[in-house]
Amino acid sequence: MAIAVDTPTVFAAPGQPGSLVELKSRYDNFIGGEWVAPVGGAYRENLSPATAEPFCEVADSTPADIELALDAAHAAKDAWGRRSPAERAAVLDAIADAMQENLEMLAVAESWENGKPVRETLGADLPLAIDHFRYFAGAVRAEEGSISEIDEQTYAYHFREPLGVVGQIIPFNFPLLMAAWKIAPALAGGNCTVIKPASPTPWSLLKLAEVIEDVVPPGVLNIVNGSGAEVGRALGSSKRIAKIAFTGETVTGRLIMGYAAQNLIPSTTELGGKSPNIFFEDMLDADDELLDKAIEGLVLYAFNKGEVCTCPSRALIQESIYEEFMGRALERIRAISQGNPLDPSTQIGPQVSRAQLEKIESYVQIGLDEGAELLIGGHAPVMEGELADGYYFEPTVLKGENSMRVFQEEIFGPVLAVTTFRDEQEALEIANDTMYGLGAGVWTRDGSRAFRMGRAIQAGRVWTNCYHLYPAGAAFGGYKSSGVGRENHRMMLDHYTQTKCLLVSYDPKPLGFF
Amino acid sequence: MPGRVSATPPVLELLERLGARYGPLVIHQSGGCCDGSSPICLPAGELPPGPADVLLGTVGDTPVYIDGDQDERWKRPELVIGLSHGAAMGFSLEGVEEMHLVVHSTEGR
Repeated sequence: MAIAVDTPTVFAAPGQPGSLVELKSRYDNFIGGEWVAPVGGAYRENLSPATAEPFCEVADSTPADIELALDAAHAAKDAWGRRSPAERAAVLDAIADAMQENLEMLAVAESWENGKPVRETLGADLPLAIDHFRYFAGAVRAEEGSISEIDEQTYAYHFREPLGVVGQIIPFNFPLLMAAWKIAPALAGGNCTVIKPASPTPWSLLKLAEVIEDVVPPGVLNIVNGSGAEVGRALGSSKRIAKIAFTGETVTGRLIMGYAAQNLIPSTTELGGKSPNIFFEDMLDADDELLDKAIEGLVLYAFNKGEVCTCPSRALIQESIYEEFMGRALERIRAISQGNPLDPSTQIGPQVSRAQLEKIESYVQIGLDEGAELLIGGHAPVMEGELADGYYFEPTVLKGENSMRVFQEEIFGPVLAVTTFRDEQEALEIANDTMYGLGAGVWTRDGSRAFRMGRAIQAGRVWTNCYHLYPAGAAFGGYKSSGVGRENHRMMLDHYTQTKCLLVSYDPKPLGFF
Repeated sequence: MPGRVSATPPVLELLERLGARYGPLVIHQSGGCCDGSSPICLPAGELPPGPADVLLGTVGDTPVYIDGDQDERWKRPELVIGLSHGAAMGFSLEGVEEMHLVVHSTEGR
């Protein structure tokens, strides 16, 4: 992702004078192309983590609202599923165009609600989300079925047909990008969707709905906000969906797969990781751009304040280069600027919620209690003015052993656990000694070693001499306890369709059994 | 059976309220992404323990489980479940009260 930011001044917060983002005091659900008040009439305050102050209210829905959304989706699904691939692609492209026209506005909204720095939403979240719609607009037009010649007079024609109505539950860490990952292939495949955003980030997707409501046919995309316990459960366990997709923690992942089993529908789950980022000694053979890239590659654990399923939260550094490499990395970490997420110079903003901040604080203490050495950070910083109550935590590095809990458990914050290895064999053992297998990074100037490591690491995505790139055409998903299924890549069109086989005989002769 | 889990008084009160609303409860210690590593409180029938789950003990009348592999990697901890403000994103029931369960743990025996 290119970080290109040329806006020098701090963006005004949504609703403030001069802000790019219009703000209403209250937001309803988006159902059937309309803004629909929740049946129970309840709303919930929505905070910015930068200030811990509420800035709007969002529907606090009940299962009845999920039923309304499912009604709308079912009413729309036949017509949408019959639209030609070119027509569906045109809608996806129109979504992308509307997002592009409103890129800065959506980037500011996303940043203020989630706390991620606006330089990231401008340079990564929004451009990637836009490209995701364009990718699937292209991919669906290039899809073809297949024909098998069973024998001279018998042919199997294979078509991909829509599933119908799908349920999709979005995490809080990339509210717009993760929504794009789920919406784009679902709509491209000819499905209608009901979406439940994450409780800490219910709003930015509604701002997206405002800019695309005229280009998406009513009922194709529906958004219902509320608690996971009531609204998420009502959606995930509904008999009226044909697939459920979820990103989040392992227990809810098990629940989702259980509901899918009870309803005999497919599910995809993406459940996180504890991704190793491995730096071999040959990185220091030259003091060049690639070394600089590798140092940034380590510091990417602080990207999106560490709230990334593939956060490179375990750094494995070959012991012969540890002192020099880590010294340079710590210099870079010390220079990270922390502050208002709407300041384009800010590199790390607040954690998404108080729940996250408290978890991070408790894990740093667990690490110290286990004997890890604190190399930098470790505290909630003192912030000034309106940021004083924000959920900030300093970029932190703990040095220790892979058996420690801070190396085994996903902290979901800017906390790096670093250790050393002697040789390639030990690096591999440490990398694979985890319950999870979502991402990994390998940094070396030796192409053969990079290939060996890449193939041997038990993870669904191994970045080689790069990290945190998320192009739409590269498959993403977990090994081991990191979930079941994939996202991204045109293979998603298979995951959001079902196979119809027309088996046709051109032979007039009876079989002769009866 | 002496358990490896306890809960603060606010959690015990919360479980009574949730129990009155949802019936018998179960808590599973979670892992992974987002709310990972948080205790997740569910109606008891929603996620029956599997063969790989380890019973840590009970808090009030509510059984608390952890995945067996996770238990090993966490070094068989003793857990203290607490309560804090603000909803998390998963399906844990206390989210309806705009609260979230937190876990404090120490290395086990």
